[in-house]
Amino acid sequence: MSLDTVKHAAETPDTGQPWKELGLKEDEYARIREILGRRPTGAELAMYSVMWSEHCSYKSSKVHLKQFGEKVPANDAMLVGIGENAGVVDVGQGYAVTFKVESHNHPSYIEPYQGAATGVGGIVRDILAMGARPVAVVDPLRFGAADHPDTRRVLPGVVAGIGGYGNCLGLPNIGGEVVFDECYQGNPLVNAGCIGVMKHEDIHLAKASGPGNKVILYGARTGGDGIGGVSVLASETFESTGPAKRPAVQVGDPFQEKLLIECTLEIFKEKLVAGIQDLGGAGLSCATSELASAGSGGMRVELDTVPLRDSSLSPEEILMSESQERMCAIVEPQHVDRFLEICEKWDVIATVIGEVTEGSQLEIFWHGEQIVDVPPRSVAHEGPTYHRPFARPSCQDALQADDAGKLARPADGAELREQVLKLVASPNQASKSWITDQYDRFVQGNTVLAMPEDAGMVRIDEESNLGVAMATDGNGRYAKLDPYTGAQLALAESYRNVAASGARPLAISDCLNFGSPEDPDVMWQFAEATRGLADGCLELGTPVTGGNVSLYNQTGETAIHPTPVVAVLGVIDDVTRRTPVAFAKEGQLLYLLGDTHEEFGGSAWSEVIHRHLGGMPPKVDLSREKLLGEILISASRDGMIDAAHDLSDGGLIQAVTESCLRGGKGARLVVPDGLDAFTFLFSESAGRAVVSVPRSEELRFTDMCGARALPVTRIGVVDGEEIEVQGEFSIALGELRTAHEGTLKGLFA
Amino acid sequence: MARVVVDVMLKPEILDPQGQAVQRALPRLGFDGIADVRQGKRFELEVEGPVDAAALARIDELAETFLANTVIEDFTVRIETDEKSEEPK
Repeated sequence: MSLDTVKHAAETPDTGQPWKELGLKEDEYARIREILGRRPTGAELAMYSVMWSEHCSYKSSKVHLKQFGEKVPANDAMLVGIGENAGVVDVGQGYAVTFKVESHNHPSYIEPYQGAATGVGGIVRDILAMGARPVAVVDPLRFGAADHPDTRRVLPGVVAGIGGYGNCLGLPNIGGEVVFDECYQGNPLVNAGCIGVMKHEDIHLAKASGPGNKVILYGARTGGDGIGGVSVLASETFESTGPAKRPAVQVGDPFQEKLLIECTLEIFKEKLVAGIQDLGGAGLSCATSELASAGSGGMRVELDTVPLRDSSLSPEEILMSESQERMCAIVEPQHVDRFLEICEKWDVIATVIGEVTEGSQLEIFWHGEQIVDVPPRSVAHEGPTYHRPFARPSCQDALQADDAGKLARPADGAELREQVLKLVASPNQASKSWITDQYDRFVQGNTVLAMPEDAGMVRIDEESNLGVAMATDGNGRYAKLDPYTGAQLALAESYRNVAASGARPLAISDCLNFGSPEDPDVMWQFAEATRGLADGCLELGTPVTGGNVSLYNQTGETAIHPTPVVAVLGVIDDVTRRTPVAFAKEGQLLYLLGDTHEEFGGSAWSEVIHRHLGGMPPKVDLSREKLLGEILISASRDGMIDAAHDLSDGGLIQAVTESCLRGGKGARLVVPDGLDAFTFLFSESAGRAVVSVPRSEELRFTDMCGARALPVTRIGVVDGEEIEVQGEFSIALGELRTAHEGTLKGLFA
Repeated sequence: MARVVVDVMLKPEILDPQGQAVQRALPRLGFDGIADVRQGKRFELEVEGPVDAAALARIDELAETFLANTVIEDFTVRIETDEKSEEPK
């Protein structure tokens, strides 16, 4: 086939084009023709098709995401907000932290190891592109039923991919979650988060300005991997019949990425770049159009100068390739030599592929002939916007009316005991150490807290002990029952987890995993969840700094539970003041903070004992969450508590079990007045935590809670070799440990 | 006993970091003139009984489901006829 140049396209307006196969809709194709005033060339069509895909353009979600920019709480920590590669917050002492969570769901289903590995690689480059040194990663994961054969295929691959890539980079994996639910069968969620640290003056942005500046592509050579992956993988629904679609997947090379990190940080240090962007989904199409669009607009690229792994690639394929471990920088001419020198030192291939121009068009040439001539904003930032119809699902009322309160409850202490053992051994409540032990959690020597703690925490300054903490949470069952509340519960839990570790929550990133936006039911879930999250962030004072939306997570007509995953970032002035979850000191008093109600809708108990999902999720009281957070942080700073664990899925008994097993000590619990043993142990009321208080601090601690009007109830004492609920039952730690820690090993080892 | 060899190679469009590492090392060691290196895996299967169509079909199946990750790899199956590979008499 001859080259489809701009001139040729203008002369042959009637040539048929595969817009449909590339995932474009008829009106979108018509709009491209209108923008250009002619038919697009093959290369232009490739660019528009990937950039206007759901994954890159957020065309269905952006009308709802706007709220995150509108409902912004007053927060002077924000240095860079939504819209850049990642948001940046001020953590004090001249440091800034950038963090973000992204999804790599569909690729990880197709090829678990490489899909998950390149997910880590992609988020690390996002953080790097902001000017920061990546210091830690986290991975919130969702899989199908734990005992399903396909979970055995997907989970070990994903875990090995995350561990392998992260370990090669030398990045500790400090947190995340693992959830099993049959709704994720065929649509596992592999979200990946990264935290990066820099000094304020080192922040870099993705824009190309200054005519004459050079465009440098550096990192790996461009190959034929993942071509069209971004549009095909992320924007189409898997059919439940027939063999799964298996397009070319990307393979990552973490050692190349490590070189890219060190090379880029050295380039930053010498202040050689005017703008920078990583290459992720949509590859060069995305990087060139976004850089040009965010700058003055003009850019000229000689595409045939791009170093290739496979010389037979067509220009369209080069533009769409998703080869990993590549970055694109805008460099002033006088810095180019030094830039290339540093790349050579790190054995990183770097090539000047073009320059910023006076005009406002992105022009791309192939052996001297022009194949792209487009306004970059029309590709990158002014793609289609859909106001998709949404409506409350007709089954929602019935779902909410199916109250979990009517489920049969344990009749006596013996049955309670049996259900406790069943709960803590269920795949979702069981210890995840079989998975997290495969990650390097402590490399670099700055990890202060990691799984199974409430939040991951790393030290960022060795002199002052300044540190940052991060937790990720999301409960699809709650969100299915009520997406607005479910999103707020995810936010509240993540916030609580960070506060329980002793860190002050600052800002959030989110990864919103939903089904098809073309389904009004799903779109309603999405609209409700984003509204809930935006309202919640406003009330908690934690702005959304950025994130990611993953739609079309469904097989056939069946969508996953709406799964908004929220990552809260916190700061702690002195990591030696952190609060662990372990009950490690005998004789310390256990206090329950917050109110316990009969709330079982969406609970772990209803799932494990009755395989039930219905009713309403626990109520959210964000002012209470804030107060609880303040108490936990003050108590940690002033040494009033030695351990704290937030209460969430599984309720009090789950938290106490984890804390006791972690510390190797038992606990004697007394059911407080006004509560029955069942509600006390299994209710999932939000806004609660359990803390271990040294006797010498008891008065000071309860006085503080009293003065701030936070309900505080003494529920027992750390003691012995068993967990005893007085008058009901007791379970030896050994038996609990076998139940809690044996499940995942039994399933996957 | 007959020997069947299964060769597994990454598909041509898939990145091969190991092959690239080898290729990068070659000029440093003074070996010039190698434009590209791809690294694969070779499995030698000692087959009991005759290597007939049924046996080969079975080997095809085991290669596809177990030896190769066909999402990113291709494989070939062939019967080894080299005299030297036979058991010493």
